[in-house]
Amino acid sequence: MTVADLERPALGTPDRASVRAFVDRWIVPCANEWDRDGRIPEELLERLAAEGLWAPFLPAAFGGAGLDMVTLGAVHEEVGRGCSSVRSLLTVHTMACWAVNRWGSAEQRERWLPAMSRGAVLGAFCLSEPGAGSDTSGITTTAVPHRGGWRISGVKRWITNGQRADLLLVFARVGTGIAAFLVPHDTPGVSVLPIDGMLGTRASMLAEISLQDVELGPDALLGPSGFTAGMVLTGTLDLGRYSVASGSVGIIQACVDASAGYAAARKVGGAPLSELPQIRAKLSDMVTDARAARLLCEEAGRLKEAGEPSTIMATWVAKYFASTAATRHAAEAVQIHGANGCSPDYPVERFYRDAKIMEIIEGSTEVQQLTIAGEAFRGGAS
Amino acid sequence: MSESIETKKQIFEFIHGRFPQAEIGDSDDIFALGFVNSLFAMELVMFIEKTFGITVPNDELKIDNFRTVELMADLVGRQQVLA
Repeated sequence: MTVADLERPALGTPDRASVRAFVDRWIVPCANEWDRDGRIPEELLERLAAEGLWAPFLPAAFGGAGLDMVTLGAVHEEVGRGCSSVRSLLTVHTMACWAVNRWGSAEQRERWLPAMSRGAVLGAFCLSEPGAGSDTSGITTTAVPHRGGWRISGVKRWITNGQRADLLLVFARVGTGIAAFLVPHDTPGVSVLPIDGMLGTRASMLAEISLQDVELGPDALLGPSGFTAGMVLTGTLDLGRYSVASGSVGIIQACVDASAGYAAARKVGGAPLSELPQIRAKLSDMVTDARAARLLCEEAGRLKEAGEPSTIMATWVAKYFASTAATRHAAEAVQIHGANGCSPDYPVERFYRDAKIMEIIEGSTEVQQLTIAGEAFRGGAS
Repeated sequence: MSESIETKKQIFEFIHGRFPQAEIGDSDDIFALGFVNSLFAMELVMFIEKTFGITVPNDELKIDNFRTVELMADLVGRQQVLA
């Protein structure tokens, strides 16, 4: 089979409206149940594939739709509105696909991208370790040349979709630098330990992944090693950050929808909750921040689409604003719902737990503050 | 030659835009000056690809091609010939 055989069939190109309808039909009604179960069912993974949502930004030659980055952000926002766990799966798969497409050799791209495009091979991003999160200098997983290829040893933790992913994008220390490797999950020496009971994105199938003397061929190395390998990581995290920012906008919008619906229906003292000035103020702030965060994401997406270097800082800003606003508004959404908001019968307690995760992944709020402030001190923050 | 001068000028402007206090010459090692991190490295490659309409292939993504403005201009020149 050639790559040309795998060009997208007559699937429409995803857009916000089509994805919104998909999310409302297949994700929103089930998200609380998946959260309780701690996993996303295979059926939904297949529906995402049938809808062409796994990697629509890939070129048509690899089965993608060549979707622009602004619309990709809208897709991830809509999915995030329905379920942050599903959006998390899209995020890490997007990161893996992007890295292979941007940095892979022709052979690597032809080997992996057609299957990744249609969701037949799902990717995971393996950077964090028990002793290293934002601080990548603390990575202890090592890759050493071995029999013409590589041998990798180490432990990766908090790996989204680690329980289900087929292809692991593993970052490992090579000498004094870091390099990226493509590791099929069934390679001897790879073992997966599910992680349950997390605060949020409980259905994102987190895992700890151990790599014990995993032997790989020379084609496992993705992109250059040494100085430029840092760019593989930076670029991949940038796209992940964009997806998380967009998903955070989705959380805010979900808070708006849930809170407005609840406040209109719930009566207090004989009148709808929605008539209380405090409630209206909370809703106003949610709506305003949802719009502002969406605009920041769209700006970052436009700059990405244009290949502008300033997209990296624009994405930091978008993620900082959107994720902190999501946490704030999810807390208010719970407040508006009162005791109901603390129960699993309503979605807002899930939004609250999921939103907090958005402030930690793909660059914590504190790392973002350091980075964005650094830009201001260099005089480039305008 | 004039194309190379223009290329260097644009690279200088980009670096100065990001680090207004930096004082560098054509052949100064920007890595040795200590302000290059992975974020800036990514921005630098994106800038070069966008501004000069090239794609830097993996085998050219070596630190020695990015150490100085002169070396970056040489890289651009090589890739423009191939384009």
